Amino acid sequence: MSDIAKDPWARLRAATPARIALGRSGAGLPTQANLAFQFAHARARDAVHSALDVDRLVADLGDLPVIRTRSAVPDRASYLRRPDLGRTLAEGEAAHLPCSPCDVLFVIADGLSAAAVQAHAAPVIHATLLRLKGLTCGPIVIAEQARVAIGDQIGTAIGARLTVLLVGERPGLTVADSLGAYLTFGPKPGTRDSARNCLSNIHGQGGMSHDRAADKIAWLARAALKLGLTGTGLKEDADVSPLLPD
Amino acid sequence: MPHYRTTLGGEQHRFDTLAEVMAKATPARSGDALAGVIAETDVDRVAAQMVLADLPLDLFLTEALVPYETDDVTRLILDSHDAAAFAPVAHMTVGQFRDWLLSDAATPSVLRALAPGLTPEMIAAVSKLMRNRDLISVARKVEVVTAFRSTLGLPGRMGSRLQPNHPADDLRGIAASVLDGLSFAVGDAVIGINPATDNIPTAMSLLHMLDELIGTYAIPTQSCVLTHVTNSIEIIERGAPLDLVFQSVAGTQAANEGFGVTLPLLAEARDAALSLNRGTVGRNVMYFETGQGSALSADAHHGIDQQTLEARAYAVCRAFDPLLVNTVVGFIGPEYLFDGKEIIRAGLEDHFCGKLLGLPMGVDVCYTNHAEADQNDMDVLMTLLAAARAHFLIAVPGADDIMLNYQSLSFHDIAYLRNALGLKAAPEFEEWLVAMGLVDSSGLLVESGAGAQRLLERAP
Repeated sequence: MSDIAKDPWARLRAATPARIALGRSGAGLPTQANLAFQFAHARARDAVHSALDVDRLVADLGDLPVIRTRSAVPDRASYLRRPDLGRTLAEGEAAHLPCSPCDVLFVIADGLSAAAVQAHAAPVIHATLLRLKGLTCGPIVIAEQARVAIGDQIGTAIGARLTVLLVGERPGLTVADSLGAYLTFGPKPGTRDSARNCLSNIHGQGGMSHDRAADKIAWLARAALKLGLTGTGLKEDADVSPLLPD
Repeated sequence: MPHYRTTLGGEQHRFDTLAEVMAKATPARSGDALAGVIAETDVDRVAAQMVLADLPLDLFLTEALVPYETDDVTRLILDSHDAAAFAPVAHMTVGQFRDWLLSDAATPSVLRALAPGLTPEMIAAVSKLMRNRDLISVARKVEVVTAFRSTLGLPGRMGSRLQPNHPADDLRGIAASVLDGLSFAVGDAVIGINPATDNIPTAMSLLHMLDELIGTYAIPTQSCVLTHVTNSIEIIERGAPLDLVFQSVAGTQAANEGFGVTLPLLAEARDAALSLNRGTVGRNVMYFETGQGSALSADAHHGIDQQTLEARAYAVCRAFDPLLVNTVVGFIGPEYLFDGKEIIRAGLEDHFCGKLLGLPMGVDVCYTNHAEADQNDMDVLMTLLAAARAHFLIAVPGADDIMLNYQSLSFHDIAYLRNALGLKAAPEFEEWLVAMGLVDSSGLLVESGAGAQRLLERAP
């Protein structure tokens, strides 16, 4: 007898990584499910405080030109309490960024999960570059202790028409290595979040695959460069128009 | 410029503006420290509270914290103020208003009639003088009833939003979580999905799936895909079965612009949803989410404390006659609410302020993994909010939202609150639960699992 015939919930459980069909002890969680939750929370807490191995990330990027920089945040504890510092380059860092105008600039920010950046940033960039033929791309910028808006300052300094910022999303219980991608046309300090397009949940446990993410990023990048905008004015419609816009 | 001052323990405390009094009177939280508006010492905070207690309530009608000329939320608040409704408390100071709210004179019907006469700033001010138990005891007196396919907010009832998110918006995965939630009697307020991307075709397929599921089982509830208001307008134009229009809103014009939202746009969306005429027992078609810190996060806080700005967001909600409003209290992170203590306090404040302003106020009792909080803190907050008669609470499978990467309540928690406090689901939904054999006539989950079996047999 198959599991599904024995347990009608098994089919549903197979359809989602969500914590469904846990059973109940009265109105409470059964002991095993409760302990499993506590373990997952403890692991996620540990992930928030882990550091990015930049040398390994550079190696994963292969021959691509890389520039390293960092935010004004001195340590992890300050990162959590001072988002303003995480959005700003450390003093003197902007001057080290070369002016090299380009259509698309990739920025990698560790965000709240170094594990996400470590696992997915390089493969997503490699896959996206294959889909951006005909466009000029700048060097890959790796920013430590950084938040999304730091890409605006970096994009301005380098002279990018569009930034694609990849960032580690805050760890959840099921997935501690989820990557997000933020596209910003005409990046400049003070850009509002409504002027960005966002893809989230790029990871290998039921999330968006590297190729799927690359399809969407490339579609959005070409549409943004053609229309001259990102944000709520640019609807991510890749599913109805699988062909890239010219 | 007027000065606000008091002498406390032989020391003079002076505040230059009303905004400074409000900010420094606010119980401590990290977001006000980040904004640089927090009281420097505990004594300074009490001094500000003492000054605030002696200010006349009607001062807030003449002294705008955010300029009238440049902010449409301020204009909305002052232009729509109902002086006749305000009359019973117009002569009071903020401190006297607190005493009166706690007294037996402030009955449910009196408070309901008062709501259009109150501004967010008045309610925020009085909340700063209240302890947690005060916020609970006053909020629980307020009755707000809203309806679409279920009637929410009735005495002895507490609603729940079933949040079945999936990281890839997988239809079968989402349906699986919906069935799990229904088996715990969750979902009478709304079955509401946060989509993983702002993609119109995906949102439409999610709406079609929920519409079919609600139709198949004949569930007296409503669905919502929490996408941007401009998407909802387009989705309505493309003919998808949309019940509720969702939008995140904030307490200043600039912060709302950060969300890509204006007041006329919200009105347009509401009209579009009303034109579909999909409600059966009511016509409340809007669903709003808010949260302390959103204005500062958008760099649009005008030097005002985050709790006062949050209350101003409720003025935006109130203008559109919503079915549901909730603060996503612990979602924004430790830079705004650092730990369990700050999250619990903020959850009670938001619920109190929303209710007193006449809103169908619910709470997403939640925290992120980078905040100093855990499920024990959520246990405390949910129990306090149920005691405060929250309109609805949000629940996800096993308290773990696998798409948004944060922890909310579990379906089990809704069952616990209903059992422990004798609360039931919305009446139409309750009737359906009994007919399905999911709960017994007293509202308790049925042990046998026969009802859940019935759900699964017809699973898509």
